Amino acid sequence: MTAPAQAASPLPPLPGHGGTGEPVLQVRDLVKHFPVMSKGIVRRRVGDVHAVCGVSFDLYENETLGLVGESGSGKTTISRTVLGLERATAGRVRYQGHELTELSRRQMRPLRRELQIVFQDPYASLDPRMTVHEIVAEPLRIHGRYGSGAGAEVSELLRLVGLNPEHGNRFAHEFSGGQRQRIGIARALALRPKVVILDEPVSALDVSIQAGVLNLLMDLQSELSLSFLFVAHDLSVMRHVAGRVAVMYLGRLVEIAPARQLFARPAHPYTQALVSAIPLPDPRKERARKRITIQGDVPSPVRPPSGCRFRTRCPKFANQLTDSERTSCVEEVPALVDRGGGNPVACHYAESVELL
Amino acid sequence: MTSAVLEVEDLSVEFGTEDGTVRAVRGVGYRLDRGESLGIVGESGSGKSVTALAVMGLLPTGAKVRGSVRFEGTELLGLSDARLSDLRGSGIAMIFQDPMTSLNPVYNVGYQISETLLRHNPDMKQRDARKRAVELLGTVGIPSPERRVDSYPHEMSGGMRQRVVIAIAMANDPDVIIADEPTTALDVTVQAQILEALETARAETGAALVLITHDLGVVAGHTDRVAVMYAGRIVETGSVEDIFYTPRMPYTLGLLGSLPRLDREEARLTPITGSPPSLLNLPPGCPFSPRCPMRRDVCDTDEPALRRAGGDLHLSACHFADELVDTGADQVFDAVGADTEALARFADAAPATNPEEDPV
Repeated sequence: MTAPAQAASPLPPLPGHGGTGEPVLQVRDLVKHFPVMSKGIVRRRVGDVHAVCGVSFDLYENETLGLVGESGSGKTTISRTVLGLERATAGRVRYQGHELTELSRRQMRPLRRELQIVFQDPYASLDPRMTVHEIVAEPLRIHGRYGSGAGAEVSELLRLVGLNPEHGNRFAHEFSGGQRQRIGIARALALRPKVVILDEPVSALDVSIQAGVLNLLMDLQSELSLSFLFVAHDLSVMRHVAGRVAVMYLGRLVEIAPARQLFARPAHPYTQALVSAIPLPDPRKERARKRITIQGDVPSPVRPPSGCRFRTRCPKFANQLTDSERTSCVEEVPALVDRGGGNPVACHYAESVELL
Repeated sequence: MTSAVLEVEDLSVEFGTEDGTVRAVRGVGYRLDRGESLGIVGESGSGKSVTALAVMGLLPTGAKVRGSVRFEGTELLGLSDARLSDLRGSGIAMIFQDPMTSLNPVYNVGYQISETLLRHNPDMKQRDARKRAVELLGTVGIPSPERRVDSYPHEMSGGMRQRVVIAIAMANDPDVIIADEPTTALDVTVQAQILEALETARAETGAALVLITHDLGVVAGHTDRVAVMYAGRIVETGSVEDIFYTPRMPYTLGLLGSLPRLDREEARLTPITGSPPSLLNLPPGCPFSPRCPMRRDVCDTDEPALRRAGGDLHLSACHFADELVDTGADQVFDAVGADTEALARFADAAPATNPEEDPV
């Protein structure tokens, strides 16, 4: 093993975040900034995109943690940074005693077997020049495990995800979107990982197809005791698959709770707006719902608002708070702590509301 | 005399390709009453967008369109492009999915709204058109419209641009607005805002709405009637209550069963296995039969017509629609996931080689 022998004990768990058993992956104060360069010949750094700002969470063994947020909230950046596909600007990512952010590429390599990812776009993430068999076998080859019997192993993997192993000599373009995503899942499972990051795994699929992939993922998770970090923007999907859900807004975590609680009694105004905005496929319920709507668009992550980043769109800030109460929203970054509702919320004036 | 503003009858669209004829739309018919809203749902490739483009006369010349599309009694198919242009915008307006491509990047939004106004009101003065453009931008919820009227599309967010498109659509007080996936490219909180703007536009103009979407939730909240499309045909149609509470076509039932929901905890979803058929050389029989758990011999030979199932306006294209009375998706479809045997074998099998051995 070339990984450093700094096998440290796990970090103390985050208070109130829930989750049971042993934490597998621990993320602390993760920061990722991307430089913004000026135009012209001499390109100077003129600012930063604050993609992820001080995010902490634990992923426990055998659980699905959902990371939800709208575009630009930083959820994909987190998944890429955790795997070292992007270098973290600051913060720690601890996996089984290894500080992943401090490892070199070479040191990281053996750990990649245990940390796998399934990408969003099943059209772009599979090599069009490789057969499906080659695609699924590639991780085995890279990690020197493609010996005799590996062919049968690949067939078994294809069968596992619901594909016909006889189609292994076909190319990715011959498959539908749902089947391609299954190929991506088979590839991620080839090395028997412990942690799989799923980055919007079903958002490119039609609903009737999506359901099959979700069922497959849930079966794999429970049967193989995998830990899933499930990144998605679709709250309905999240509610279905995730045990705990973390909500992101503009690079920060604003609320984290068990899925059932988060959707039944969201406490952060942004979570409330998100839950309100999801249309229910039930005409009577949908028309009778109480809604919390928010105005405007997400501000630029190059110059995020001071204090609470949601305040520029927050209905509570705009309609309910007094001027003196607003001062803390403008000046103080609300910490992600339990404010009496039973789960951590990053809002100075958090209050649970029943919306469904 | 009917109160229908838009009547589509037996519409079919074919495209010639190198591999043969693609029958994208196969005998679609619907009727839209004044002020009413109709949702058209279906998955990608079901023909919902092509139907809308055919109604608007916007298909490329290579497309073979047959059937009848009547707007306030006037037949639109076969009308010259000049005559159609008089109607587009003032009679029927369209909102497209992607506001980045439906707005012109080289003109400011005020110009683009004025352009539509002046096209249908030649006597209108430039200055009045601009004033009206500002008003319209305000109506659809754009903050400080008098400043925003001079913005270019690239200076606006996706949600803002879609509001501009809605402003253009309502500019000439149309009788019908066709919105093709108007919120698909947007985040959910912005989607809620745009749907609200669309409701405002309808209230202001009294227009009837055809809302094309793949999102059953959007349909549930914003339309009176629903048509479900599959493989170029309407396979079920009825009031929103009919479709959502008593579906009579296995495909509709399957769609509802495969939808994870925010308001309840379902142990398991029931996906529809397989994928939609290719519209090139479609085999005879019901196009859904290869994926249908209720399939019988007759399904492979006879394509069922759209027949009454339940209420007066509730129609379904299934030979066995009656069998679906009081049936849930979980009774018809299997909740398939991973191959159980393969999964058990995989879980038991030891890794091929020693995991401590490092190849690097």
